[in-house]
Amino acid sequence: MADIDLSSVGKTFAGTPALQDITTRFDDGEFIALLGPSGCGKTTLLRILAGFEEPTEGRIRIGSREMANADSGANLPPEQRNIGFVFQSYALWPHMSVRRNVSYPLEIRGLSRAEIRRHTDAALASTGLEDYADRMPSDLSGGQRQRVALARCLVSDPCAVLLDEPLANLDVALRATMQGVFTDFHKRTGATMVYVTHDQAEAMAMADRIAVMDQGRIQQFDTPQNLYERPKNRFVAEFVGRGTVVPVQQFRTDGTAQQARILGAEVAVQSAQQESRVSHVCLRPENLTITETGDLRSKVARVTYMGGKYLLETVTDCGARLFAETRARFDVGAQLGLTITTPWAFSED
Amino acid sequence: MMSATQNHGGSRSEARLLSAILVLAICLTLAPVLRLFVEGVTDQGSPSLGLMRDVLAQPSTLSALKHSLVTAGFGTLVSLVLGSAFAFLVALTDLRAKAALVFCLMIPMMIPPQITALSWTQIMGPSSVLLKTLGIAPPLGAKQPLYSPEGIIFLLGIQHMSIIFLTLRAGLRAIPQDVVEAARISGARGLRTWWQVVMPLTLPSLAAGTAITFVTALGNFGIPAMLGIPAGYATLPTLVYQKLAGMGTTVLAEVSVLAMLIGAVAVAGILVQRLFQSRQKLHLVGSTSRPLALPLGAARLPVEICLWAVVFAILVLPMFGLLATSLVPAYGVSLRLDTVTLASWYEVMFRQPVTSRAFTNSFGLAAGASVALMAICLPLAWLMERRQTRLARLFDSLLDLPYALPGVVLSIAMILLLIKLPFTEATLYGTIWIIFLAYIARFFAVMFRPVQASLKQFDPAMDEAAQSVGASLYRRLRDVIFPLSAPAAAAGAILVFLTAFNELTVSALLWSSGTETLGVVIFNLDDSGETGMASALAMTIVLVVVVLMALIQLFSRRFPKGVVPWQT
Repeated sequence: MADIDLSSVGKTFAGTPALQDITTRFDDGEFIALLGPSGCGKTTLLRILAGFEEPTEGRIRIGSREMANADSGANLPPEQRNIGFVFQSYALWPHMSVRRNVSYPLEIRGLSRAEIRRHTDAALASTGLEDYADRMPSDLSGGQRQRVALARCLVSDPCAVLLDEPLANLDVALRATMQGVFTDFHKRTGATMVYVTHDQAEAMAMADRIAVMDQGRIQQFDTPQNLYERPKNRFVAEFVGRGTVVPVQQFRTDGTAQQARILGAEVAVQSAQQESRVSHVCLRPENLTITETGDLRSKVARVTYMGGKYLLETVTDCGARLFAETRARFDVGAQLGLTITTPWAFSED
Repeated sequence: MMSATQNHGGSRSEARLLSAILVLAICLTLAPVLRLFVEGVTDQGSPSLGLMRDVLAQPSTLSALKHSLVTAGFGTLVSLVLGSAFAFLVALTDLRAKAALVFCLMIPMMIPPQITALSWTQIMGPSSVLLKTLGIAPPLGAKQPLYSPEGIIFLLGIQHMSIIFLTLRAGLRAIPQDVVEAARISGARGLRTWWQVVMPLTLPSLAAGTAITFVTALGNFGIPAMLGIPAGYATLPTLVYQKLAGMGTTVLAEVSVLAMLIGAVAVAGILVQRLFQSRQKLHLVGSTSRPLALPLGAARLPVEICLWAVVFAILVLPMFGLLATSLVPAYGVSLRLDTVTLASWYEVMFRQPVTSRAFTNSFGLAAGASVALMAICLPLAWLMERRQTRLARLFDSLLDLPYALPGVVLSIAMILLLIKLPFTEATLYGTIWIIFLAYIARFFAVMFRPVQASLKQFDPAMDEAAQSVGASLYRRLRDVIFPLSAPAAAAGAILVFLTAFNELTVSALLWSSGTETLGVVIFNLDDSGETGMASALAMTIVLVVVVLMALIQLFSRRFPKGVVPWQT
């Protein structure tokens, strides 16, 4: 097991930058999620870590070994990196049985027959595949195939496991089960895992830390809770969770208390300590309470039943669209008052 | 290599192996063509167009060029009518037993042209055993009607109708069915849908198919040789053959100009075909999962009878002719219960040393070419798919040339390249190796394209998964890529074997005593009047062809899409 260190990593595809200036560190044994919309560079970053792509700038170190260095042109090929990779398409070899798929990495390492058998059995057992060992991949369901892929990458004891949207091809129910499988696997092995996904619920559920990416850059790298409650900028605030970013009209600090004028209302806000001035706040449903006397008058534009509660999309008199949650039912067009309670404020250029 | 690293990082060994195999493949396939070009524009080592001017001014050249254009042009027209009628009916309507029909239509393309010509001469003319047996033979002394330009045109048309059929059917299948359904919902009926919706969409593939048929007909040697030489009607390929056979390598410079002339016309055709093919790719959007099946209604049975009657006439009837001729004791005797004999079969299969030698030669050449091509094409196709270097892309666009160019052109190019090996006094001309190398060059595309088609559908993650668990390039090729592309490679190998086993055009110019191929032997047997033995040998070859084709057909479900040429 090892930590992963990236320093100013960049990647250009035919003149178009896909990754820019990625400098970060994934600690040993951490479960990291790379989250972002499609085309944000998360898969490129993962493939650079695996060695399938070469960075055009910067250096990558995994454990004590330097894997790639764009300045010296050194790039360790994937087969020499000792990294596990789980593909979205599973990439099981269709001409090999489940057992052979799992034991193949050990064959390559030239282990003895008995050793191979022992390790393979252990890997199959830990993914609950003992009964399927002699089947062919085509006879398995999607979830089983993904388990085989997982067993194959853990059998050779890799120093890090990289996962490229491994649940994207599974149905919703199976996804929840497999999330459990991945989390258990991580707890048991303590492997450093890097998990690419565009599904924030998935990332939130499993990851220790999430790197939110957009346009080839890491926008914020933080714990799930911090990403939701203390977004650093407008992109993160809007991408993670449900929220509306509105500008701050006036901002006053008074000792530790911070006051801002938002949509015409005077509200207490929170922000990171170092922010001496803020420009926007993120209004999540938790920050909005529906009251008869609420000073923010708005009209219900859309009602969505969320099971046990309703999500209201409301439009304020000044035209801002805000999301509020309520257990009571409102009709479209109803007038109501909203009160804002301590939203998170940040500074955005 | 610069662009290579842009696509994929990692192993340098891939880049090295790609360069090595690519250089080998270019030497094998493109070097002869280049050598021919150099020969045409130089005279005794210095650049000159003098020889070219002289040869082109000869009346025999001009008349052969005219004959070539006439036979290839009208032959293409015959193919176009037959092939497109079948393609439209098979691809668009609810005919029954389509698979069987398609299979039967493929057989003419796979049967070597000299056998097509031989079989047709056996069902026409005054000495036809079949006609005599039926008592409807023309009187002795009547002309063989096929020994004429019209005969050549007709048989070229039949021989190559499969090409039109295949390209057009592929084009029709690429039409999204919702396009046709939308026309029908809008109220367009039957022929109107066909004329206003289907036709405009298929024009590019029809044009591409026509161009490639013309090129193939132009390069055809077997049919004009068997029918035209007795009639004194020379096309460019037969003119080259006659000059080289009559005067040997002294006329090499002269015939290379002729070869370049054929090559130039062929390249023009290939360019036209490429142009239309690239246009066709533009509007391939929409779902094409369900094949079209417009109901023919009451016309279905008559249409089916009509189509199968045509298949019978162009496929079964000539075979009966061959069979009848091979079973009589002497050419011209009619076939009755008391005259039937297997003497010709026995003689040709077991007695004649030249035929057993030809069997060995053809079998060895075909098998050798299949194996060698498999060994080159599998890794090459894989590496070209993975790392698209500029050189690889250039090679990809040119590698069809030795197959598309007429066989005569390639043969002359091979002689020029190998008659005197560089830096030595040794020659490969007259040995079996020149035929072997010519086969490698000629059938490279036959092997490479199916393998490439299957590897294009190959999930790169399969290879990357092996890479991530530590497998070296050699292990990945051995354990993952070869096993997974084996079906396509097998199909390609059978196709190469099939084509090379029957081949005449290339070996006709390259053989010498001891290195005869089956194609050459049939041609020579017929030429020397041993029609019975030629027919028996031809029948055996037809059987081998049909068995091998059936073998591919049998396993076709296991091949990825695009591997079996007649199942596009």
